[in-house]
Amino acid sequence: MDDADLRVDGNALAGVLGEVFVHEMTSARIACDGCGAVEPIGAEHAYMQAPGIVLRCLHCEDLLLVITRRGGRYRLGFKGSRWLQIG
Amino acid sequence: MARAAVLGRLNWRLGEVVELIDETPRVRSIVLDVPDWPGHRAGQHVDVRLTADDGYQAQRSYSIASAPEDRRVTLTVERLPDGEVSTYLVDDLRPGDALELRGPIGGYFAWEAAMGGPLLLVAGGSGIVPLMAMLRHRAVSVPPAAARLIYSSRMWEEIIYRDELERLAGQPDGPEVIHTLTRAQPPGWTGYARRVDSQMLAETVWSPSSMPATFVCGPTSFVEAVSHALVLLGHEAKHIKTERFGPTGG
Repeated sequence: MDDADLRVDGNALAGVLGEVFVHEMTSARIACDGCGAVEPIGAEHAYMQAPGIVLRCLHCEDLLLVITRRGGRYRLGFKGSRWLQIG
Repeated sequence: MARAAVLGRLNWRLGEVVELIDETPRVRSIVLDVPDWPGHRAGQHVDVRLTADDGYQAQRSYSIASAPEDRRVTLTVERLPDGEVSTYLVDDLRPGDALELRGPIGGYFAWEAAMGGPLLLVAGGSGIVPLMAMLRHRAVSVPPAAARLIYSSRMWEEIIYRDELERLAGQPDGPEVIHTLTRAQPPGWTGYARRVDSQMLAETVWSPSSMPATFVCGPTSFVEAVSHALVLLGHEAKHIKTERFGPTGG
């Protein structure tokens, strides 16, 4: 099984993002810093098996967002995204 | 956590199992009475959480199968080999049991009648579940948008909601339902008998110019094959919404 078989949609992040944000987040738009593409989070590629949850650009597979949880604390890393538009 | 409870709409709540429906040998629908259910859109899902006596918790996401108009919430669950949550839900749950869930969750993979059609649905296996919520919602909307379902199952006995789909398709203004059976076919079967491919889609879907609202749901490999084929046929990616179940198919 390669990475592609483990891929799901950003839609799968709806629960964890719903724990953090008040807004419905799978419709929020995120801009990739790698290729510039702007898509709803729900349409991007998500990988849930890593130690953290990883969201990658559906066009160029660059890293957009990493979410880790430990002891009731959330850490969101936005290294590969230019902006996130909510609401 | 108290702060989250104030802000978030996403709180855990308890539903009561009121009915269990065996859909296929491996798939069961769980009808729940959920007090203060805030309502949902067709295509959304819930998270279900099981807690063992020792405090161990396991959590999974399941699509909602019922229409927003239904006062009860129905989940349809496929038993996965060694699935620690799905085996409990399919084999052990009984009417009267309480089930902890939160939702509805997700707004991207959702359709409501006001969004219009035509509505193109492509399902692989238990990927039918969120699409069934859309068809059930559509069935009570006036006038119903044109709708077409292409549904891939391994065999006749594994078609989830088989009777209801047949009934819906037989109604005036009902959806068109096209089955393909990939592994085994009953005697006299004249329908498709292979995986969904670009030739099949070319024969069954509307032209790209009609810009159907398209929803594809199933195992990851299925969803990616279908969405790539649709794009090659000229459909715009922005009209194709996908929900991948990952490698397990359910």
